[in-house]
Amino acid sequence: MATNNEPLLRIENIAKVFGQNTALEDVNLEIGRGEVHGLLGDNGAGKSTLMKILCGLHQPTRGRIFFDGKEVHLHSVTQARALGIDCVHQDLALIPQLNVYHNMFLQRESLHGGPLGILNNRPMRKKARECLADIGVNIPSVDVPVGRMSGGQRQAIAVARSVYSNARLLLLDEPTAAMGAKEGAMILDVINRLRAKGDVSIIIIAHNYGHVFDVCDRVNLLQNGRITFSRATSETSIQELTDIVVNEYRNVAKEAQA
Amino acid sequence: MHSPAEKSGPRAGDPARRQHVWRRAATSILARREASIVIAGILLVIYFQSTTGVFLSQGNISTLGQYASATAILAAGQVLVLVSGELDLSVGMVYAMAPFLMFLAHGAGLPTVVAIILALLGCAVVGLLNGLITELLRIHSFVTTMGMLFLLNGFTLTISGGYPVQPHTGDLVAAIFGGNALAQFGWAIAIALAFQFVLVRTRWGLHTIAVGGNLTGATEAGVKVKFVKIRNFTVCSMLAGFAGILDSFHIGSITPLAGGTQIMFMCIASAVIGGTLLAGGVGTIIGAFFGALVIGILKDGFTLAGVSAYTFDMILGAAILITMIVNVHIGRFKLFGGQ
Repeated sequence: MATNNEPLLRIENIAKVFGQNTALEDVNLEIGRGEVHGLLGDNGAGKSTLMKILCGLHQPTRGRIFFDGKEVHLHSVTQARALGIDCVHQDLALIPQLNVYHNMFLQRESLHGGPLGILNNRPMRKKARECLADIGVNIPSVDVPVGRMSGGQRQAIAVARSVYSNARLLLLDEPTAAMGAKEGAMILDVINRLRAKGDVSIIIIAHNYGHVFDVCDRVNLLQNGRITFSRATSETSIQELTDIVVNEYRNVAKEAQA
Repeated sequence: MHSPAEKSGPRAGDPARRQHVWRRAATSILARREASIVIAGILLVIYFQSTTGVFLSQGNISTLGQYASATAILAAGQVLVLVSGELDLSVGMVYAMAPFLMFLAHGAGLPTVVAIILALLGCAVVGLLNGLITELLRIHSFVTTMGMLFLLNGFTLTISGGYPVQPHTGDLVAAIFGGNALAQFGWAIAIALAFQFVLVRTRWGLHTIAVGGNLTGATEAGVKVKFVKIRNFTVCSMLAGFAGILDSFHIGSITPLAGGTQIMFMCIASAVIGGTLLAGGVGTIIGAFFGALVIGILKDGFTLAGVSAYTFDMILGAAILITMIVNVHIGRFKLFGGQ
């Protein structure tokens, strides 16, 4: 493909203002094909806003987004998804009362023909099982309501759902938040397996720097609505990142005192 | 109420068998939601038959059908709305309005079937308004439909002048649409089965559960949540109107004070004791059908036994409280925490 030298995603000067509140000031970011990026930042730095813009939930106030070399305007989740941008939200967007395969195929159900929209469960069940096995997720049964599963299993199901939908850019919002060490490791394994395959680019929003260094090619630090730091994981360290954030905090505290 | 299969599930040996047991356990939970109300119904029938001796007579069964059918049809629509996380208080007034719309259309010279269709379209408009106001103007459905309740009550009293009228009866159309008690009961069963199928086997039902189970999640997954809810409001109103039309043919009179809040609370009670949660995401239309039937059995049985209407209300109230407590605590335990 001619466009292959282009990064998969390039965003330029993205800003987002909510009334009086500027969530994003000026964000520039490039994600290459098959790359895994970490997006770090404190609460309120604008991570979730950026994420919502990329998955079509919010529209930016200013700025341009290029996906696959073409400028795009993401005005709905469905449209972003059709392009191949899919998002695993912190709340996972899973329905506790529905079973695994109904959750995985929600809004892209396989149906028998006809106006009634009768669900064709057999292929959904089969594909859900295959897809989970493919990325190494072990769950007892795809017929169990998701509400009965552990946090790690739900996260894995949410990731599998996005991967199955042929996402080319996957946005993971705090994928290991509220999770034990074992479950977190399972999710990181899933991400590493996807990274090894290289079909999908991933942006991971995280608080936990350690996890980011385990699975990411590059880390970006978002502070006060701007990317203030962006480097390959091999060229930086957890210590360096921590220092930047802590210094920032000290400076702000000093200014507040003065 | 754990079945042995569910208890032994996690301990079962090979994975394939374990999977099978899990699936059976999952489906049997849904089945049990309806099972408890069915068992209650059977026990009540046995009790009333043994105490009154005439409960299972043909005459009484037809009376029972009359008690239960309209409520069951209203409850089917109400469950759809409840599962999608909303509530419709206006159904009883739609029930009273629909026969008048039909009567007016028929009076204008239209054939009965066309008049019925026009009346149902009128009800659809009401449901559409309920849905649009709730979803687009973001008014809580409790308030929207409470407003609609008063509005429609006044509207029905105005177009009727406050006087009852006689529906056109006696022909085949009238008999099919409720003139015959069994036909009315048949409609109730057919509607319950059809909408239970819609709820558990179609995309519409899946999205209804999704919207009520996790609204944010369903939105993020791309489900058209507003459309899903508006559609459920619309269908709920149409079913309420249809029940009103059936009853008007059956009773042979159209009164502006029919139904109202009484039948509205009865249909919500049927849904609740049948296993539907007001919180949304969980519900069964077959369960609501049996809920309506059990309420009918109670009412009918107590009437036969000569028990006062006051006692009936006390027992119904207690039944609602008990089933609700059981549903919330045991039901939630089964669905989320059950091992």
